[in-house]
This record gives sequence, structure tokens and C-alpha cells, in this order.
Amino acid sequence: MSAVANSLYRRRKLKNAVALVLSTAATIFGLFWLAWILWTTVSYGINNLNLALFTQMTPPPGDTGGMLNAFFGSFVMCLLAITMGTPIGIAAGTYLAEYANFQKIGTVIRFVNDILLSAPSIVLGLFVYTVVVAQMGHFSALAGAIALAFIVLPVVVRTTDEMLRLVPAQMREAALSLGVPQWKVTMQVLYRAAMSGILTGVLLALARISGETAPLLFTALNNQYWTTDLLQPMANVPVVIFQYALSPYESWQSLGWAGAFIMTLFVLLLSVIARFVLLRNKLGTN
Amino acid sequence: MSASNSLPELNMPAPVGGPRSLRLGDTGADRLFRWTVTAAGLFVLVSLAAAALSMLWGGREAFQTFGWGFFTSTEWDPVQRQFGALVPIVGTLVSAAIAMIIAVPVSFGIALYLTEVAPAWLRTPVGAAVELLAGIPSIIYGMWGLFVLAPFLAEHVYPWVDANMGQWPVVGALFSGPPLGLGMLTAGLVLGIMVIPFISSVMREVFLTVPTPLKESSYALGSTTLEVAWDVVLPYTRSAVIGGIFLGLGRALGETMAVTFVLGNAHQLSMSLLMPGNSIAAGIANEFSEADSPIYLSSLIALGFVLFIVTFVVLAIAKLMLMQLQRKEGR
Repeated sequence: MSAVANSLYRRRKLKNAVALVLSTAATIFGLFWLAWILWTTVSYGINNLNLALFTQMTPPPGDTGGMLNAFFGSFVMCLLAITMGTPIGIAAGTYLAEYANFQKIGTVIRFVNDILLSAPSIVLGLFVYTVVVAQMGHFSALAGAIALAFIVLPVVVRTTDEMLRLVPAQMREAALSLGVPQWKVTMQVLYRAAMSGILTGVLLALARISGETAPLLFTALNNQYWTTDLLQPMANVPVVIFQYALSPYESWQSLGWAGAFIMTLFVLLLSVIARFVLLRNKLGTN
Repeated sequence: MSASNSLPELNMPAPVGGPRSLRLGDTGADRLFRWTVTAAGLFVLVSLAAAALSMLWGGREAFQTFGWGFFTSTEWDPVQRQFGALVPIVGTLVSAAIAMIIAVPVSFGIALYLTEVAPAWLRTPVGAAVELLAGIPSIIYGMWGLFVLAPFLAEHVYPWVDANMGQWPVVGALFSGPPLGLGMLTAGLVLGIMVIPFISSVMREVFLTVPTPLKESSYALGSTTLEVAWDVVLPYTRSAVIGGIFLGLGRALGETMAVTFVLGNAHQLSMSLLMPGNSIAAGIANEFSEADSPIYLSSLIALGFVLFIVTFVVLAIAKLMLMQLQRKEGR
């Protein structure tokens, strides 16, 4: 009996050891790509980095230059998208958490919002193209910002909803029992308690739209020149990188890498900051 | 539970005197606030429906002109204005399938490592690093794939694949072909890397919801770590794990920029995974600015509609599967 048991035992131990080694290998596999991609971005990016990147406009084919107009365009569109998406997102999140929490409509909206959250961004770009660009007759920065706002929206809705539901019910009850109307309870008690969580959501949304390319191809398009007109096509970092990386000109490709490096740095920094805000919040409440 | 009901006394007639105007003002403000947030909530609902309808509207010309042939024709000829979506549809499905074949086992391994294997001090930093992979913009994956990965594969990996795996019975045709670097297999690999963080973070999260007593009792009976993971953790979280996989699949189907760079944009069906192909998202991104006729543009938007429906179904399944575990937990 012991011989059989022993071999069985040994086989199980062996199987377990193999599985654990494989699972460690899988983790190393994942981290390997992360390291490779980051290394590529950093090494190509630093080699092509110079001051002209921030002071000059995007060059004509084959020429050298910078991406000042693209940085400005991205800044403007992201800012607009956040200012459009955040208030609606916070309001919708408030509705879900405070008014429709246990209602059917709340479940449906959460379901739809989660789908919007993972929906391909290219689809949102086409949506804004048919609704805004096709109606206006031309590409514009405003359309780009609206497309990005549709990406901001579900992120903010979700974090607001989750954060408000984490606020203890006693806080609501205490405020309401003092005779404070519900809108004031929400604005001055609940939002204050959930502030850092909501802020995290906004930062994560900003990180997501800063690198978003696909929807801008159909909405803001690109512009070689400096413009502040929101109703005109506007240069933006991702689309410029896309165009330059696929171009045959070496100077354009180098510029594309430099832009890609700055963009990645910005996006990753933002998501780290967002996590830090959330972490501090967790430490604060515990 | 939470204050989902407004205060009833505010709706009752207020006592005469000073407080009355104040209270009426408050009910008005309360009502206004309630309407505002309700409108915002409904806006979310409407925007998804509007996205679907607007693309159906934009693609109506293509659907009317080509009918069902739009889905079965491989012809994509802007000059003759004949458009069929079979090539990009197949390309999307094949590249996503390759991505899932790579990403699912790896993600399971990572989730297992982060919940059962790794020493506690390593779990947070490694988990954060894997999630960093999700933060990298997809266009960066594309550039890296085009300039670094594809040349590397073309030089070192694909010649070997063609010479060895290309000779295998049955599946050999999939792996034989010129080592171009760009193509289905490269696109699938890049997609796989991109969805790993999504799937592994869902798996990790749901693995952590398994009640500790359940695992401990299994360990107490002499189970190995693998047996606990396979026979206790996985059955308990099965629906949510499938949900996480579908979430990753939804991402892989709709991913645009990375695929655009490495797929090669060729409108042809090929048995070989080493050959360039096309996908719905990559086709739209590549050709949108070239669409010079209304029917061309309409066909591209119709492609977008198809993508929307497919991802909607996949993501809806994902969400329903994830909700099952939540219900089990009584949430």
C-alpha cells in the first residue's frame, strides 16, 4: 500500500511543482513584455528628444521640427473632454448610488455603463463622426473633445457610483436628521467624503484619453499648423505620432518616437498618481 | 440601507411662518437636483443606444446596396465600389482567437502566482507592474510591434516556424509562409500581450473573493496548491473567470491602433497566419481618410456597426458572468 501511496504522493507533488513553476514563468512572461516595450519607448524616445520638440510646430515631410501645436491641441481637447464628461459622469454616478441603487433602472444603467467602459474607442469615434462631424460638414477639435468625453464619462460614472456607495449610511442619516435637504447632503457631505475617489476616477480617465488615438482619427483629424479655433481640425499628439510613425521619412519617425516617449511618460505618471491618491484615501479612512 | 428615498416630510405642507419659504425652496432644489442626476443617468443609457443607431444609420447605404452579401463577400474594391466585409471580419476573429490562446493561460498563471504562490511582499509591486501594462497607450504597442517586434520575429522566429511547424500535418498550412514579420500571428501576439493585464486582474480579484475557510479546509485535507486552485478556487469562481476572459476578448476584438500597425492591411484571405491580413478596426482606421465615395464611407461605418454588435454581445456575456459571482456572494 505504501508504495502506491508514495508514488501517488510523489506524482501530485511533482504536478504541483510544475504548475507553480509555470505560474511563476507566466508572471515573468508578462513582465518581460512590459520591460521590453518600456525599454524601446525610453531608448528610442531619449535619443530623439530635444528642445525643438516643445518649441516648434510639426514640420512638412522630411523636415525637422517639433510638436508644439500637437501638445497644445491634445491639452485643449483633453481639458474640454474632462470638463464635459466629469459633471455628467458625477451626476449619473450620483443617480446610480443615491437614487437608483436598488432599482431595476439602476441595474440597467450600470450594465450599459460597464459596456460603454469597455466598448472599443473606435466605435465611439465613428459615433461622434456621424453625429457631429458629418452634420457640421468638417472635422473639428470640438468633435474630438466630444469623442474623448464619451470615454471619460463611463470611467467617472463608475468611480463616483462606487465611491458614493462606500460612504457609510450613518453619514447620510446624520445629515438628513439635522434637516439638511438631500441635495445639500450629497453636495456637502457625500461628495466631500468621496472626493479623493472621484478625483482618482477623473485622473484615470485623463490618463486613458491622453493616449487615445482611434476616435481622434475620425473627429479632430490633424493639422500641420497652429490653431486655436475649436471648429477647425486640430493637431494632437496621438494622431501626429500615428501619421509620423507610418511615414517613410526618418525625421518624422524620430519625432514620432520622441512624442511617444513624452506621451507614455505622462500617461504612466498620471496612473501612478491616481493610484497614490486612492491609496492615501484608503489609509485615511482605515 | 442607503438613502435612496427622499425625506417624506419635505413633501408635506409646511407650518405657516418663516420656515415655510425655506422648506419650499429646499423641496424645489431637491427636485431640481433629482431631475438633473436622473437626466445624467438616462444620458448614459441613451448614448449607448444612440451610438448603435447612428452607426446603423451611417451604414444603411452599404447594407441596402450589398444586403447579406456584405457579410459573405471577400471583395473589397474601392475603384469598382464593391465592398464585402468577410476578410476583416475573419481577420478580427482570428487575431482575437490567437490573442486569447496566448493570454488566457498566461493570465491564469499570473493570477495564481499573485494569489497563491508569490511571497506576500512581492504581490503588490508585481500586481501593479502587470497592471502598468494596461496603462501603456495602444499606439505605443503598435509602434513597438512595427519597429521592434516584427523585424525580430521576421529574422529569428518566423523562418524557424515556417521550416518546422509548417511541415506539421493538418495545421501546417497555418504556419507556412514567407517570414514578413507583419501578419495575423504578430497581431495576435501583440493583442495577447495587451489583454493579459485585463484578464489577469479580473481573475486575481475574483480569486481573492474565495472564502479562506474553503481553501484552508482543502489544504488541511492535504491538497497541494495546484489542487486547491484547480478544484476549489476555480469551480467557485468559474463564471467570473469566464466573464474576465470575455472582457479580454471584447478588448481584443475592438483594439485598433496596435493591430493597424502590425497587421499589414491586406484585403485577402489566407490560410497562413504569417501572411498580412485585415481586421475591422484596422481597416476602418487605415482607410477612413481615403474614403472618397459615400458608399465607401458607408461601408466603413457599417463595419463599425458590425464591430459594435459583436463587442456588445461579448461584453454583455462578460458582465452577466461576472454578476453571477456577485449574486453568489449576496452582493
